[in-house]
Amino acid sequence: MLTYALRRLLISIPVIIAATLLIFVAISMSGDPLADLRQQPNITQGQIDRVRADRGLDQPAYVQYIRWVEQIPQGGFGEYMISPREIWPDLRRVATHTLQLVIGAEVIAFGIAVALGVASAKRQYSVFDYTTTTISFVGYSMPAFWFALILQVSVVTIWQVTGIRLFPLANLSSPNPGTGFAFFVDRVHHLILPMASLAIFSIASYSRYMRASMLEVINSDYVRTARAKGVPERKITTRHAMRNAMIPTVTVAALSFGALLSGAIVIETVFGLDGMGRYFILQLNRRDPYPIMAFLVITAVVTVVFNLIADLVYGYLDPRIRFD
Amino acid sequence: MTDEIRPRPHQHGFPTPEDLPGDTSREDLTGADVYSDGTEVEARSQWLLFRRKFLRHKLAMGSIVFLFIVTVLAFFVEQITPHAFDEPNILMRQTAPTFEDWHLFGTDQIGRDYLTRVLLGAQISLRLAAIVAVLSTAIGVTVGALAGFYRGWIDSLLMRITDLVLVIPLLAVLLVASALFGGGDPVRIAILLALFLWTSLARIVRGVFLSLREKEYVQAARACGASDLRIIVRHMLPNTIGPIVVNLTLVLAAAILIEATLSFLGLGVNPPLPALGRLMDDGRSSMLTSWWLIILPGIVLVSIALAINFIGDGLRDALDPTQQES
Repeated sequence: MLTYALRRLLISIPVIIAATLLIFVAISMSGDPLADLRQQPNITQGQIDRVRADRGLDQPAYVQYIRWVEQIPQGGFGEYMISPREIWPDLRRVATHTLQLVIGAEVIAFGIAVALGVASAKRQYSVFDYTTTTISFVGYSMPAFWFALILQVSVVTIWQVTGIRLFPLANLSSPNPGTGFAFFVDRVHHLILPMASLAIFSIASYSRYMRASMLEVINSDYVRTARAKGVPERKITTRHAMRNAMIPTVTVAALSFGALLSGAIVIETVFGLDGMGRYFILQLNRRDPYPIMAFLVITAVVTVVFNLIADLVYGYLDPRIRFD
Repeated sequence: MTDEIRPRPHQHGFPTPEDLPGDTSREDLTGADVYSDGTEVEARSQWLLFRRKFLRHKLAMGSIVFLFIVTVLAFFVEQITPHAFDEPNILMRQTAPTFEDWHLFGTDQIGRDYLTRVLLGAQISLRLAAIVAVLSTAIGVTVGALAGFYRGWIDSLLMRITDLVLVIPLLAVLLVASALFGGGDPVRIAILLALFLWTSLARIVRGVFLSLREKEYVQAARACGASDLRIIVRHMLPNTIGPIVVNLTLVLAAAILIEATLSFLGLGVNPPLPALGRLMDDGRSSMLTSWWLIILPGIVLVSIALAINFIGDGLRDALDPTQQES
């Protein structure tokens, strides 16, 4: 299994290199990264030329790419195109925030989806089953930002009507968040709406997998055997059926982790959170290729790693799968 | 169904025409066979079974009707509403939905009729999604068919390219691509979307082709001297049509949602065209006082995507041979 993991990891390295090279060439082909700099009145042509030579912008795109790759092991992701500031400290800060958001959303989504899937499989073709299936279709067909906006409007409306302010609408923390546990509670309070908006699509998708695999397991022979020998129904569900039915859902959840990072771009913009997604949009609007590349590399690596985790977890949970 | 299917005379292993009851010469081309005692037997082809199951899927049929109505409204918006999408009315700014002056969806911050803008936005979404669906299906089918039919190094190469597209963060790359090459133009954005949305179809088609190429009828066609192209197009593609059509609905819905997200982030379709995502972004600033500015375009968007997904679900059920007719 270890050799399998290593081989998979080795295969994904050229894929990531090719992906980043493509993106890098596309960005550097698409226009003048120094356009902003040129428009500043107190910058001379000499300074622009120096930046150009410094960054290797006068050289072909693949040379720039190699220079860019070479600096990753030493200096993190280097400096911004225009200002002599390091990218990595900024990126580390926003990545921490995004990780809190995304992991929270993933945990919520997984918990709710498993519960919904099990409940609707146990009562197949009941009103409850039809309702959850239909709602999951709606969740599937709804852009996350729209759901986020609706949550914001609802919270404000409740605030106006009852005077109770359920959740904050923006930012990661209050002005004085406190420390320790108080800080944690404050952060969770701020992240609940963003996590809910991010989780809604995942809930819709995971619960469909959970329902399907639960139905398959419920009708299998060993569950019938368990029932025949008098195991209580609750125990059959939790101990015998649910644990096996969760295997595909775990895999899907791991495979979807990269998509959650993409979703964070939208959600962080709507809620004004200082995370990777909003950072990405800000840098994209400035057309600075270096931080954009850093973002894309990190998300691509995370996606590859989670795809690998999905495979390994699947093999670990389901002994019928063999790696060779 | 109690009536049984009469085996076709030309099928091997079945009774020859002489053994069959009735007069085989009276067999007509509509598929209905007439026995000598006058009872008619309906031949149930795959297509017939599919059509029957699909027509019975209420949600899918309702969705088709709904989608048809929305499409007609969206494409004939200029004939339907009495306002132009960019005609401001300073006397009726930010008006809630009203029958007055036929502002059924109200007006926006500078008094433009919101119904006209939303319907035009829906038209842009539908057009864009159609382009994406056609292009990405063409790419996906071509890649999948070549990889599955020829295998070997072509397969490896094409599947590595597919892996490459699957590993990159889709929304982020589309945002970059749209910012750099999109230029706010729906057609160009549609092409960009299509360049990234063909991968799942390519994998599906490849899988089906890998199993089909070993089938006897394909070998028979090859023995008859059919060219590769003819085998692929005439013999194998028709048997792949089910997954392709189901995937088509998924791509349509995904394209509509992604375009809305791009436009919402300001990197999709640009003004003056009123894309639905852009409308909601513009409406955000006054959504607390004017709910219709974000709720109504959202409802239109979600119902279109939902209808497409319901149709896809109906197609999937109808094409699934393991699901028996009840």
